Amino acid sequence: MTKEKRLKKRHNAEKRFRFYGLASIFLALLFVLILVQNIFSKGSSAFMKTAINVTVFYDPELLGVKNGATKDEILEADFFDITIDTLLKTFPTNNLDEENQLIDLFTTDAELEIKNALINNSNLLGKTVSLEITSSDDIDQLHKGNYPRDLPEERRRISNFQLSIYDNFLENKKIIKNFNNYFFKNGDSRDPEIAGIGGALVGSFYSILICLLLSFPIAVLASIYLEEFAPKNKITDFIEININNLAAVPSIVYGLLALQILLATIQLPRSTPLVAGITLALMTLPRIIIPCRASLKAVPPSIREGALAVGASKFQSVFHHVVPLALPGTLSGTIIGLAQALGETAPLILIGMVAFVVDIPSTPIDPSSSLPVQVYLWSESAERGFVEKTSATIMMLLSFLIVMNFLAVYLRQKFEKRWN
Amino acid sequence: MNFALIFLIIIFSISLFFYGKSKTRSLALQNNLKLNALPKFYGYYLVLWCSIPSLVFLLIWTLFEPIIIKSIIIDNAAKLGANISDKNEANLIYEKIKAIHLGTYFGDIDNILQQSALSYSKFIGLFTNSKIVLIFSVIIGSILYSLKKIKNNNKARDDVEIILKGLLFVSSLIAILTTLGIIFSLLFESIKFFSVINIFDYLFGTNWSPQRAFVRDASSITVAEYEELKDAFGFIPLIAGTSFIALIAMFVAVPIGLFSGIYMAEYASTKIRRISKPIIEILAGIPTVVYGFFAALTVGPFFRQFGESLGLTVSSESALAAGLIMGIMIIPYISSLSDDVINSVPQSLRDGSYAVGATKSETIKQVVIPAALPGIIGSVLLAVSRAIGETMIVVMAAGLAANLTINPLESTTTITTQIVMILVGDQEFDSPKTQSAFALGLTLFIATLILNYVAQRAVKKYREKYD
Repeated sequence: MTKEKRLKKRHNAEKRFRFYGLASIFLALLFVLILVQNIFSKGSSAFMKTAINVTVFYDPELLGVKNGATKDEILEADFFDITIDTLLKTFPTNNLDEENQLIDLFTTDAELEIKNALINNSNLLGKTVSLEITSSDDIDQLHKGNYPRDLPEERRRISNFQLSIYDNFLENKKIIKNFNNYFFKNGDSRDPEIAGIGGALVGSFYSILICLLLSFPIAVLASIYLEEFAPKNKITDFIEININNLAAVPSIVYGLLALQILLATIQLPRSTPLVAGITLALMTLPRIIIPCRASLKAVPPSIREGALAVGASKFQSVFHHVVPLALPGTLSGTIIGLAQALGETAPLILIGMVAFVVDIPSTPIDPSSSLPVQVYLWSESAERGFVEKTSATIMMLLSFLIVMNFLAVYLRQKFEKRWN
Repeated sequence: MNFALIFLIIIFSISLFFYGKSKTRSLALQNNLKLNALPKFYGYYLVLWCSIPSLVFLLIWTLFEPIIIKSIIIDNAAKLGANISDKNEANLIYEKIKAIHLGTYFGDIDNILQQSALSYSKFIGLFTNSKIVLIFSVIIGSILYSLKKIKNNNKARDDVEIILKGLLFVSSLIAILTTLGIIFSLLFESIKFFSVINIFDYLFGTNWSPQRAFVRDASSITVAEYEELKDAFGFIPLIAGTSFIALIAMFVAVPIGLFSGIYMAEYASTKIRRISKPIIEILAGIPTVVYGFFAALTVGPFFRQFGESLGLTVSSESALAAGLIMGIMIIPYISSLSDDVINSVPQSLRDGSYAVGATKSETIKQVVIPAALPGIIGSVLLAVSRAIGETMIVVMAAGLAANLTINPLESTTTITTQIVMILVGDQEFDSPKTQSAFALGLTLFIATLILNYVAQRAVKKYREKYD
């Protein structure tokens, strides 16, 4: 082989190697892109819901209330008959089966929606008004184009008759798309069209709040001790080894710990944000202590010495001078730790947060779900409507995480001093 | 009740702060003596003495009160002739008694329950009263002690700092307590499990199907029953499945992570580095449940369709899909760690290599990487430990049934999946099935501990070499 050829070969190898590096970075970026695109394309439609315009006549006789009835009387009234009447009027039917199919096009909560409209405005009694009733999940998915209509009838969830009603509604412009307030307001449900993340949002909020209240002070105090006061001895070494190991323990092990100690021994209530918050706090603690210590370490010794020189005690030098300077780094480390805790799922599953909870929790000791657990629960459901709901929940979760991470970066860049 | 007590303690503390401050000031003026600290430190001193002992007392009391009352009530009920043979029945009866006390019980109330409920209300009242009395005596005692101290003009700043330093030390002990808690909670159930199932049968058994293990009286198992039980708890298929999925993940993550680490450290301009590094690290910040969803609903079905079009039978819960997605999740751990490690290889090594005419890639391959190898191996080991502890991706995308296979298109299960499957939903404590989850947790804990230890040692050794 001549010299030139060998050199050319070596240069080609150089180019190849460089290309591999670039290609792997590109691949990693591509994965991020595919993942985000996939979630967004599936989930964005969940923020809208399909509604059907119907005409309701609030017949006082059928409701069994008089004109000028009070709110309590309306609350007591039975809206079942009026609901069935209203829904059946939307399209001509010939037999019971067709009637059932027609009613199935509307949400199971249609009765409640008709009732709420009257409760909000009791003047409507005895009048005919047009209302937007949420459609059933199947119509919703069909209208959004997530559901193919060219399948043979027996493989479809929607019958030919129902399809013809849908087409008729569409022609008469009775089908509308609304902002999906249920998604944010409601708790979990077996029916996708009225299922929401309200309960999960509140549950996650309480869990993270408890996690913050427990982990932040303890982590800051512990890192101050280790960085500023701890004598060099075996106990200190042992504490440090423990913290480093705990940061690497799989999260599911914390779930086992919570199950055995918090639930079985102390007997705290199952499935509650309280237990979730304590578990997450134990898990987050070492992950906050590590950045806290780093930011304390970054404060130069001259600050401490200056304080000591004018007569401050060791404590005063630390709490009046070192800690305030280290605070931005500490806070951003805490926020990143909390962001990880917000996305944590496995330990919460073990402490029973997978329970089916319809009510929105009002205190941290009510059973509840949390955002990531809701993702897990819905992804196991068979209904097609839950796919977009799950993706939309992920979008909410990711946007919280993005906000938290930006906040952490902002805090660090804006307030942290560079010591050179 | 507790909130009212805490509120009271806070009110006391605040007023004591001002009292101590003004008291020492007037003391100093009256007797014309020089105080040993600023007046506010005497205030702080009183606050600490008033709040800490009483709060600690309250916490301990609140933790132990329900347990003590429960055991007293159940003992009482048993003496009255209630039929209590095991823990579950005891719990049930206790819940009934509590419900009667609260007035929310609507079942039949017999004489025993009625009497127990009465004694329950009696005990609750008794405990609450004694709690209040004891807390007040704790508060008064510590206030008297500290007042005496400040009247003697103690060195309040030093004393306050000693107490605070104690608080700091206690908070750093939480880490040790957590570790102890993990070890004890895992060991406690595991020991029970291993008293039923021989540890060697567990470690070397080749069949895992805990759903077959019905609860029987765990204390008296016949030989035939044991044979059957032992067959349900064999660890080999789980460790095989776990390592297999972790191996697939490593096949994805190591080349991509390592090459992007090398590119970032050696080739990339600061501009590219500044943009691409955080974007890659997004991969580490995405919650694993999101990856699980993506793997289960997009990647798994895609592989199955793709395989079917090639005439292969691919399970929709294939090890391949789970491993691939897990690999993507792990990329940033390897890339950022190896980036750091490569960056800390001294420039002189590279310069020496360039000086003898090597190209950049030759330098990297023959000088930089060998020099950084311990650190790179450490980062890969850390990634492996993360892969075997990862739960949500495998719970959602890998299979549930344990089968020994090396076909990536079939479904396998992992240690973490089984822990979740066993512990989700209703569980009977004291059954070998539930206990086996803790034995699995213990195994997982030990495995990750060893991996982390080795990895940290490797990275540390390497750092020492060039520092």
